[in-house]
Amino acid sequence: MTYLLQQLLNGLQLGSIYALIALGYTMVYGILQMINFAHGDLFMVGAFALFVAASVLGLPFVPSLLLAMIATAAIGVLIERLAYRPLRSAPRVSAIITALGVGLFLENLVNALSPYPKHVPTLLSNHSWVLAGVTISSIQIWIIVLAGILVLGLDLLVHRTKVGMAMRAISWDRTTAPLMGVPVNAVISLTFGIGAALGAAAGVFYALAYPIIDPYMGVMVGWKAFISAVVGGIGSIRGAVLGGLILGAVEILVAAFLPSTGRDLVAFALLLVLLVLRPHGILGRPRPVKA
Amino acid sequence: MSGRVIMLAALTAALLATGCGGEGEGKDNEIRIGVIAELTGDLAAVGASCRNAVELEARRVNETGGIEIGGRKRRVRLFIEDNGGKSDQSVATAQKLIAQDRVLAIIGPNASRCAVPAAEIAEASRVVMVSPWSTAPRLTLDARTGAPKKYVFRSGFIDPFQGGVIARFARETLAAGRAAVLYDVASEYNKGIAEVFKAAFTTGGGEVVAFETYTTGDKDFSAQLTKIKNANPDLVFLPNYYTEVPLQVQQAHRLGLAKVAFIGGDSWGSPELLQNAGGLFNGYYFSTHYAADAPTPPVQEFVAAYKAAYGSAPDDVAALSTDAFRLIMQALTAAGRPDRETLRAALAGIQDYDGITGRMRFNGTGDPVKSAVILRIENGAFRFHSRVEP
Repeated sequence: MTYLLQQLLNGLQLGSIYALIALGYTMVYGILQMINFAHGDLFMVGAFALFVAASVLGLPFVPSLLLAMIATAAIGVLIERLAYRPLRSAPRVSAIITALGVGLFLENLVNALSPYPKHVPTLLSNHSWVLAGVTISSIQIWIIVLAGILVLGLDLLVHRTKVGMAMRAISWDRTTAPLMGVPVNAVISLTFGIGAALGAAAGVFYALAYPIIDPYMGVMVGWKAFISAVVGGIGSIRGAVLGGLILGAVEILVAAFLPSTGRDLVAFALLLVLLVLRPHGILGRPRPVKA
Repeated sequence: MSGRVIMLAALTAALLATGCGGEGEGKDNEIRIGVIAELTGDLAAVGASCRNAVELEARRVNETGGIEIGGRKRRVRLFIEDNGGKSDQSVATAQKLIAQDRVLAIIGPNASRCAVPAAEIAEASRVVMVSPWSTAPRLTLDARTGAPKKYVFRSGFIDPFQGGVIARFARETLAAGRAAVLYDVASEYNKGIAEVFKAAFTTGGGEVVAFETYTTGDKDFSAQLTKIKNANPDLVFLPNYYTEVPLQVQQAHRLGLAKVAFIGGDSWGSPELLQNAGGLFNGYYFSTHYAADAPTPPVQEFVAAYKAAYGSAPDDVAALSTDAFRLIMQALTAAGRPDRETLRAALAGIQDYDGITGRMRFNGTGDPVKSAVILRIENGAFRFHSRVEP
């Protein structure tokens, strides 16, 4: 029983990180119906921004986290402005190819600047507590609590503020929204910025938990977060969180109770079955098609 | 793929048969030695060590007037090529060194993925090749028949030997009864050594209580480590590369696996391991090729000369490359004639060579019979612990 609880806690830590990244995919999809495949690489950029802030500038944890989120948000906005906005009315496949290109560009840019894996310094002192046989580390608590706060904040922003209403309006009907006085370009920029900042936060937490970072770290994690978003129901914020937590738990539990070689195989097979049963994801709804 | 390699090899051999006279000799009777090193790419640090060590040795030999062969001294000339850490470039540079530069012997490549295809060319062209660092058994074996190759040698030990050494050390010196293993199932080196360890540890009377895997690039090992913790082992064997091992040890400590011993293989032996996480590893052991602080005169002379030339301590690649070069020199002196066939016979017949990485001899195959060393990590440095004879 304690073994199961310990593994569920491990899964919650991994799942929180997937959930934060999945939010970036789901927000951009929700507003533009576009899959931003460069998002996994923004997660990597966030981790490297943390490295620069902590190692080069010598900042403590909270300023490093904020700096990484702001810098990555700026890059996210810039990417939207330079690479995606000119293609907004182009066929959807062009935007997807552009996103893949932007991702490769970011990977190789960071690779050119820093070819060797980097070691992120210890920013948070690490304690472990044993609670009813389950070992909990302070890093795990930080990750789970901060991820929870960010998700709740985003949920409030989208559902309780005017900006959030504007986002939902654009998502509902991009042609009519500007007629109602919604500044479409500004809101889309903001969406990209917030998505990138959440990705950067995930990158920071990831680098705290697994402190060796490299330019290609965002590829596999990005795919997994994308799958989380789809499983949860892409476009749905609560779905992205649920999908991330499910994927984290499934991955850890498969490795915990089956031969660990089958970890990704069984995890993704289960997710495929889930998608066959619920093609729009767990919390996703079929989009109404307007005539 | 292998069909193409064989065809290219045959082509090279044909070119050689028609086009070359005194191989390995230039106008002034110099000895031509080719070096294939990973000078660019992800293993650039490995290639740099190899080149530095061989250049230092060649300078040392030439300062004394050259290597004595058959009563007269001949200077050594190096032809250094970069393979970019890639197998196709290794094949191309091996062909260039053999056909165009007409070298007598080749040192390198170092990574098994580069050395194995280059060895096919050397074998087909009947040119001696000595790889310093490749530990994969198949380097020196014929791909089809499994018999030993004639022209391919190495100066390091092979993975099965090392796995056995660590298992014996764990059983006998550390007195461990229950071992756990966590290894990268997608990497040939890690997988091979993990399996040998498991077999040898079990044969030695121990029990492997957890045998867990992951794939290259994974960063989260919490599920496997929790499983290992639950199996209650005395020690955990991590035959993985120095970029991943710190993550594994750190996560294990966080999960409360702090009291067991962690041990590893030669893939731990990089200064980067100490820079990144030296403190985590205090008191842990790993097996490798040589110890820079071994108290023997040849090792101390080598370390001092290397430090004076390059400003840093030589790693195991530098030590093995030096041994590869000196093995060829010793064989040349013994052969008395600088041609490829005589050199091969003399190298295969070496019965006692006292090297930086220990004494070695060849016993009918390209793999030397030699010892391994066990190092202990203490206060952010590798310290010599013991030598394990074959």
